Amino acid sequence: MKDMRKVSVTVNGKSYAREVETRLLLSDFIRHELELTGTHVGCEHGVCGACTILLEGRTARSCLMLAVQVDGANITTVEGIAPSEKELHPLQQAFMDNHGLQCGYCTPGMLTTLIEFLQDNPDPTEHEVRVAISGNLCRCTGYQGIVDAALDAAKRLQGGKRA
Amino acid sequence: MKPPPFKYHDPRTVAETVELLARNENAKILAGGQSLMPMLNMRYVQPDHVIDINRVEGLSYIREAGGRLEIGAMTRQREIEYADLVARRAPIVREAILNVGHRQTRNRGTLGGSLSHLDPAAELPLVSAALEATVHVQGPKGKRDIAMAEFPAGYMSPSIELDEMVIGVTLPVWPDGHGYGFVEFSRRHGDFAIVAAAVLLDVEAGGKIKRASVTVGGVGPSPVRCRDAEKALTGEKGAEAAFRAAAETCRTIDAMEDVYAPAWYRQHLATVMTRRAMVAAFGRAANAR
Ligand code: FES
Ligand code: FES
Repeated sequence: MKDMRKVSVTVNGKSYAREVETRLLLSDFIRHELELTGTHVGCEHGVCGACTILLEGRTARSCLMLAVQVDGANITTVEGIAPSEKELHPLQQAFMDNHGLQCGYCTPGMLTTLIEFLQDNPDPTEHEVRVAISGNLCRCTGYQGIVDAALDAAKRLQGGKRA
Repeated sequence: MKPPPFKYHDPRTVAETVELLARNENAKILAGGQSLMPMLNMRYVQPDHVIDINRVEGLSYIREAGGRLEIGAMTRQREIEYADLVARRAPIVREAILNVGHRQTRNRGTLGGSLSHLDPAAELPLVSAALEATVHVQGPKGKRDIAMAEFPAGYMSPSIELDEMVIGVTLPVWPDGHGYGFVEFSRRHGDFAIVAAAVLLDVEAGGKIKRASVTVGGVGPSPVRCRDAEKALTGEKGAEAAFRAAAETCRTIDAMEDVYAPAWYRQHLATVMTRRAMVAAFGRAANAR
C-alpha cells in the first residue's frame, strides 16, 4: 500500500494542498504536482544544483528533500523571483546583459543560489562568486558570463554604490 | 533515481524517535538529508522506515557551558558557520565547515548527520576528532556519551546501536590565541576531500609549542590522530624544518586505497596537508611572534 500524506505549502505566494506519496521528491512535487517546471532536474543526487529553490529564503536542493518535509513551509522558485510579469529581477537582467545563460538549463539554480549569496555577501569578489556557484554545474557558458552577471548584479542591487 | 517506497515517520521528540527505531526494523534516520537522500535516490539504501527528525524539538542549539561548546545534532552547518561563538571559541570548526559541500547543502546538512554518516574524508568528524569531542547519544535505555576517538567502529559505521541516535556533541575549547589550521586536497571545491588535515597548536609566550593536535581525514577509514607528529611538535619554535619532520611521520599511517587514490598517494598527501596546516596554525597563534 502506498504511504500517502497531505502537504500544504505556499509557493511564490500561492497556497497549494496536495495528497502525495511520502517518497515523492520535492523537485518532482514542484514540477509534476504544482506544474512549476522552471525548477530543473539535472542529476537527482545533489550534485548539479539545477533544482535549487529557496525554502524560507534559504537555498536547498529540492531533489534532496521529500515533498512531505515542506508541509507548512514557504518556498520561492525561479518563477517567483521577478517583481512582476513585465519586469525582471536585477539578477535576471544582469544574466541577460552579460551572457549569463545559453541553453538555460542551469539558470534557475544559478539564480536562486546567487540571490541568497548576494544577500549574504552583497559586495563579493570574483573568487567568492566562483566559490558560491561551485555547487552548480553549467555545461554551456564556461561560467565567465555567470560570474560577470553576478558581479554586475551585486552593483545593481546596491544601487551603484560600488565604483 | 527515485527513492524506493518506505513508511514515513515524523516524530516530535527524541523519546518518540528512539521508540520508533526500537520498534521498526530496517529504519533510517533522515536528518539534513544531504547524504541519505542521494543514497535513497540511487537506491544504495532501501529502508522500510524513514524517520524524519527535522521536526524533533530541542536538537538545534549552539551554546557554551563549563568552558566547552555544546552543539545540537540537528544544528545546520550554516548556523555553525555563522555562529560568533564558534568563530571565537573553536575557529577551526568554522574553517572546516567552509569546506563542507556548498552553501545550499550547508543550509540543510547537520552536525549530527555528518557524524552519523561518518564518511572517511568528511570534515566534521575530522575536527571533532581533532578537538577530542564527546558525542552524546540516546536510546531506549537512556543517554550515554562516546569519546570521538571511540565513535567510529569501522568504515562509515558509528559505534552506536540500531535503536540509538546522536543527539549532540560537546567540543572542548582551546585557550584564547591558540593557532588552528585546516587544509584539504580535493578535486573540486565542495567535494569530499581526498585528504584533509586539522592542526591545533597552543603556543606559549616566547613562541614555544606547548601542546599540539594533529589529525588527518581521508587516509584511514576514520580520522587518524598523528601522535608522533604531535610529540615532534611539542617544544618546537616553528622552524620550517621542524614542521617538515613532524609532518613526515604521517607517511606511515595505514592508508586506504580506492578508485580516487592509491595508498602511497594518500600517505604523501597526509605529509603535505599536515605540514601546511601546521604552518597555518602556527601563523595564527597569538604568541608565535
Ligand atoms: S537535480 Fe538536484 S542537485 Fe542535481
Ligand atoms: S546555460 Fe546551459 S547549462 Fe548553463
